[in-house]
Amino acid sequence: MTTMTIAKAINEGLRATLANNPRSLLMGEDIGALGGVYRVTDGLIGEFGADRVVDTPLAESGIIGTAIGLSLRGFQPVCEIQFDGFVFPGFNQITTQLAKMHSRSNGNLTVPVVVRIPYGGGIGSIEHHSESPEALFAHTAGLRIITPSNPHDAYWMIQQAVECQDPVIVFEPKRRYWLKGEVDTEAPGASADPFKAHVLREGIDATVVVYGPLVPVALAAAEAAAEDGRSVEVIDLRSISPIDFDTVTDSVRKTGRLIVAHEAPTFGGIGGEIAARVSERAFHSLEAPVIRVGGFHMPYPVAKVEEDYLPDIDRILEALDRALAY
Amino acid sequence: MGATHLPATEFDGTDLDDQLEAEAEARLGAPAEPMVQLLGPDGTLGSDPVFSKYAERLDPGTLRGFYADMSKIRRFDVEATALQRQGQLALWVPLTGQEAAQIGSGRASQPQDYIFPTYREHGVALTRNVDLAELLRQFRGVSNGGWNPKDTNFHLYTLVLAAQTPHAVGYAMGIQRDQKLAAATAVGSGEAGQAAEPKAAVMVYFGDGASSEGDVHESMVFASSYRAPVVFFCQNNHWAISVPTSVQTRIPLANRAKGYGFPGIRVDGNDVIAVHAVTEWALERAREGHGPVLIEAFTYRVGAHTTADDPTKYRGSEEEGVWRAKDPLDRLEKYLRAEGLADDAFFDQVRADGDELAAYVRKTTHDLETPDIRTAFANTYVEAHPLVAEELAWFEEYSAGFADEAEADQTEADQTKVDQTDGMAR
Repeated sequence: MTTMTIAKAINEGLRATLANNPRSLLMGEDIGALGGVYRVTDGLIGEFGADRVVDTPLAESGIIGTAIGLSLRGFQPVCEIQFDGFVFPGFNQITTQLAKMHSRSNGNLTVPVVVRIPYGGGIGSIEHHSESPEALFAHTAGLRIITPSNPHDAYWMIQQAVECQDPVIVFEPKRRYWLKGEVDTEAPGASADPFKAHVLREGIDATVVVYGPLVPVALAAAEAAAEDGRSVEVIDLRSISPIDFDTVTDSVRKTGRLIVAHEAPTFGGIGGEIAARVSERAFHSLEAPVIRVGGFHMPYPVAKVEEDYLPDIDRILEALDRALAY
Repeated sequence: MGATHLPATEFDGTDLDDQLEAEAEARLGAPAEPMVQLLGPDGTLGSDPVFSKYAERLDPGTLRGFYADMSKIRRFDVEATALQRQGQLALWVPLTGQEAAQIGSGRASQPQDYIFPTYREHGVALTRNVDLAELLRQFRGVSNGGWNPKDTNFHLYTLVLAAQTPHAVGYAMGIQRDQKLAAATAVGSGEAGQAAEPKAAVMVYFGDGASSEGDVHESMVFASSYRAPVVFFCQNNHWAISVPTSVQTRIPLANRAKGYGFPGIRVDGNDVIAVHAVTEWALERAREGHGPVLIEAFTYRVGAHTTADDPTKYRGSEEEGVWRAKDPLDRLEKYLRAEGLADDAFFDQVRADGDELAAYVRKTTHDLETPDIRTAFANTYVEAHPLVAEELAWFEEYSAGFADEAEADQTEADQTKVDQTDGMAR
C-alpha cells in the first residue's frame, strides 16, 4: 500500500500497462518530453521510447482517427486529449467511427481505443478548460465511460480500460489530480469491476449519487448532514456508461430519497437519466422527487464566477433539505 | 528572395534525402502538370521517363485482365443501378467512368496491403476479391458493412467523408511498429535468417469533395511526420454531388502534397496502365519505408453521384460528352485490338462473364436475408453491457406478447391454404 496522487496513480497505471502489454501505446499532444500538461505521462517516454509514447501533431481528430487505425492493426492506443473543451475536433471520430466500428462490421472488428480526457472546473482556468461533456458521449451507444475519483481507482481503472475490448473514455477529474490517497497495487481491488458503482458511505435518510470531482464534495456534505442528525448514503458512480442502476436503486429502496449531483448542466445530463430510471424502477420507494444538483444552462462561466456555478457542499445540503421536506 | 527559398524548418532534414526522394523530387517536385498518361484516348501507348518501366512489366494476360475487370465492374454498376430503380436497393453509388482509376490502382496492391475505401470503390473491391453481392448489403439496408475486412484486407465503406483517412495512417503506423517488433524478435531469437513477412503498405481512397475535409489535412500531417507507409489515392471525378472541383480547390489537388512534404502526382485516371504504374511505384516506395505519396487520379463520374441526384440540374451534357470520348474501356480495347492482344472471341467472353456476374448479383440480392435486430443488440459492444442486456430482455418479452397473434395468423393462413387446396381438388 502506497500513498500517491491521482495524477501519479494514472502515471503508474499507464507504466504498468506499457510494461505488461507490448501492443499498448500512448498518443497525444505534449505527452512525451513534457510529460503532458498535467505531467500524467511524466517519465514514460524515457522508459518506453517515442514509438510507445507518441508526441502527436496538434490535431484531435488525427489523434483519435489514427488510434482507430492502430487498433485495427491490433494495437491498443491510449489517447490523451489535453482538455475537455478540446475533444470536440475529435468528436466526429469518437461518435461516428470509434463507437460504431464493432457494430457496423457485424462484430468482425474491435477497436479497443482508450481516450483520456481531463475534465471539469474548479481550477480557475480560461474558456474551454473546465467543461464536463460526459453526457454527450454517454448518449452514444458503443462507448464506455468511466471516471475515477480516487488514486486507487485511478491506478486500476486506466489499466482495466486498456484491457477492455470496447472503446473506453476515461474522464479524469483534473481538479483532483493532486488528491492523495492510498493505492494498493496488489489489491483484490485489481479485479473490482470498473463499471460498478461503489457505496462510499452508508446512510438511511437519503442517497447522494456523484462521480469524479464531486465525490469529495458529497462526502463532506454527508459529514455536515450527519452533524444535523441526518444519515446520508453516498454512491460514487465510477461508470457513466453503463450506469450501475442496481446499486443506485437498491440504495433508494432503502433511503427513499435521491439527489444526483454533477458539474455538467442539469438539462439533458446524466442526472436526468438517473432520475428517470429510478422513477421507473423504484417509484413506490420514492418519498420525494429525485433532485438534481448541477451546472446551469449556460456555457461554463468565467473563472471568477465559477464558484457560483459549481455544485458545492451547501448546494447538496439545500437539495437534501428539499428532499427531506416531502 | 522568394518564398521558395525560405527554409521549411530549422531542423536538419537530411533523413529525407534518400535517393528515391530525390528521384521523386526531380520528376514530381514541379507542380503536378502535366499529368502522367501512357495510354491515350486513341489507344496508342506513349512513354514516360519514370513510369514506362512499370508498364513494360505488364504481360498481355494482365492487360486483358484489366479490361475484363473494368468491363465486369461496369456491368455490375448497370445491374445495381437497375436494382435500385426497381426498389431492391435503397440507394446506389455509380462508378461508371472511374473503372480505370479503381482497377488500375487496386490491381497494383498486394494481398498484405490494407485498403480503406470510401463508398464508391466497387472496382477496387473486385480487385480485392470481395464478393460483389456482399457490397450490396449496405445499399439494400440489411447491414452497415457486409463483409469481413480481415478476409480481404479491404475495409468497410465509410459514409462520413474522409473519416477513413486517419484510420489508414494509423494502420500504416501499426505496420511500422509491427516491422520493428518482428525485427526485434528475429534478432532476439537468432532467427534473422527466417523469411520475413512481406512488407505492407496502406492505400486510402477519397474524392475531390472529401479533400476539403479537415481529416484529410490531419491525416497528411500525421503521415508525413511519421513517414507512414500510406498512399493517398484521390479520385478527382470533378463533382462533389453538384459542386464542381473548382469550389474545393484552386490548384491541382496533387500539388497539395508538396505542402506536406511528400510527392504528389496527377495521373490520367482514365488510363488504366498509367494508374497501375503510378500506384505500383507509390506502393513500392511506401513498403520500402520512404513515406507517403498522394496520387490524384484525374477522372470523371459519368453518371449521378448517387441514384438520388440528377446531374442534368448541375452540369451540361457537352461536358459529359467530352469525357465519354476519354472512356477507359474504349481506349484499352483499341490498344488490345491494335496490338493483336485480344480478339472478338475475348470481348464476347468478357461480355458473357459480365452478364453472368449480373445474373448472380441479381439473384443474390433478392436472397439477401434481413437480419434479426438481436444481432444489433449483440454487436453494439464486445463485452457484456447491462443496459443492452436489459433492453434486449424487454424486447424479448415485448415480442413474446405477439406470439399468440402470430400463431393465430399462421393458423388462419394454413386454413386458407387447405381451403384453396380443397377447392382445387374439387
